Amino acid sequence: MSTLAAQGLAIGYGGRGIGEGIDLAVPPGSITCLLGPNGVGKTTLFKTLLGLLPPIAGTVMLDGADLSHLSRAEVARRIAYVPQAQAGEFAYTVLDLVVMGRTAHLGAFAAPRARDAEIAMAALDALGIASLAERDAMRISGGQRQLALIARALAQQAGVIIMDEPTASLDLGNRAMVLKTIRGLAQEGLAILVSTHEPEHAFAMADQAAILDRQAPFACGPVDTMLTSDRLSRLYGLPLVVERTPSGHRVVVA
Amino acid sequence: MRTASVMVLLGAALLVAVLAAASVGPYRIPPADVIAALARRLMGGTAVGTVDTVLFQIRLPRILAALLVGAALSAAGAAYQSLFRNPLVSPDILGVSTGAGLGAVAGILLGLPVGAIQFLGFGGGLATVLVVILLARSLRGGGDVLVLVLAGIVVGALAGAAISLVKVLADPYDQLPAITFWLLGSLAGTKVNDVLAILPVVLAGLVPLVLLRWRIGVLSLGDDEARALGVEVVRLRAIVIAAATLITASVVAISGVIGWVGLMMPHMARLLVGPRFDRLLPASILLGAAFMVAVDTLARTAARIEIPLGVLTAVIGGPIFVWLLARGRRRAVP
Repeated sequence: MSTLAAQGLAIGYGGRGIGEGIDLAVPPGSITCLLGPNGVGKTTLFKTLLGLLPPIAGTVMLDGADLSHLSRAEVARRIAYVPQAQAGEFAYTVLDLVVMGRTAHLGAFAAPRARDAEIAMAALDALGIASLAERDAMRISGGQRQLALIARALAQQAGVIIMDEPTASLDLGNRAMVLKTIRGLAQEGLAILVSTHEPEHAFAMADQAAILDRQAPFACGPVDTMLTSDRLSRLYGLPLVVERTPSGHRVVVA
Repeated sequence: MRTASVMVLLGAALLVAVLAAASVGPYRIPPADVIAALARRLMGGTAVGTVDTVLFQIRLPRILAALLVGAALSAAGAAYQSLFRNPLVSPDILGVSTGAGLGAVAGILLGLPVGAIQFLGFGGGLATVLVVILLARSLRGGGDVLVLVLAGIVVGALAGAAISLVKVLADPYDQLPAITFWLLGSLAGTKVNDVLAILPVVLAGLVPLVLLRWRIGVLSLGDDEARALGVEVVRLRAIVIAAATLITASVVAISGVIGWVGLMMPHMARLLVGPRFDRLLPASILLGAAFMVAVDTLARTAARIEIPLGVLTAVIGGPIFVWLLARGRRRAVP
């Protein structure tokens, strides 16, 4: 059970800030959705939270430990990253790709053993894609590749998972499947931070919503109080209305 | 297990190549006699007759050198392909071969002895990569692979220009042929002492690559992903570049510039055992060693004169590479 927390975080590249005053806590067993327009710095925030980019100010805490004091392997055992699925340059099998999630648990000079392959297979099994294990990861669908990357994060056995637009460029069916998978992971106790361009996804799965906006300070809170018609309209710069459908779902209407 | 049987087959291919190379030549030694002579030597017997002289004074040193050169260039190529996330990268992408060439041809121009020429080749290779790294670092903090590659192209082009200048200055009847031969690569006249001199340096480069095989493979996912998976990317990249540079510079110093091997062998090994680096590295080493022994044998037996190795590897490598590309078009990219 891990908690990811940021306090007074300022983010940016090479000393040029693009966001500051970021306070955030992602407790175990919960999902936080990060929303913000293109180019506002969602990926920069993620890289800072993962320790790939040093913060300009403030700290990132993992289970009460300052991220900047941990080695890469120590960070990777606590927090996993699911990037947007790209085909890659080499024709790794899905299983090879997932086994790479075990890297932080291996000695510097070691290669994975049978036990690591078992953990990777279990992760594939948990996501229902065990049958893809020996397939070429360059030649499966985008949705399958996204699931494979989530499986890799599971094999990493970290308490926190950060996902960068896991549903981008997926069709409707794959999107619904990935969202359901993410919800299931949170129910098993993982702390999950996920960026999305769809407020409906936040309504469907998130406990908290965080908003990164150029004009307004960073804000994070319960989905209902965060994602109001007013706020979404301001965020995306056009009039938007949150409506409730007869079935109880909320949708955003332009 | 498929990988294990491929390794056994590659090992067997290497043995066959070595045996064949030891037996063919102007003085034929049947393979059985080669084995008998080797066994006699290993039992501590003394050298007797022409067979032993040809085998131990001439052929085996050259075979050992070819084996080492092929293994080293292939290992460095495999590591660089993973590091630069590109299966079309060769060990001289950072200019190590061109730099070694410049050092060696300068040594030839100055009329230095063979040992000094080899040392200048080795030093020239190291110095060139160092200049590339410093240039990339001064441009953009050294963390950017693309800047590193571009710096390699620029410095390599400068070294190439300097080589051309040396050629113009060289004595056209005596030095120029020597320079040309060196730049095309040859193992004619390689002595046991040459092999023994570079062996520790090659091993010093190979051992880190073998030990860090798993992490080097993870590096092929890209910097951010590799770091998020727990790899200290900046440190690992520095180690891989240092190791590959040491390996390549030391073998180029005794063999001259031999193209294609470091690009092609990892490529073919990938077809056999897949892209996982912990399997690719040993497969590349075995395949590269066997290939180079075979090519060097061809170089000294196919024609009445020695064919430069660089010419042979290009003649063999070009068509194979086209075949690989055509194959990749029909199926997955190799």
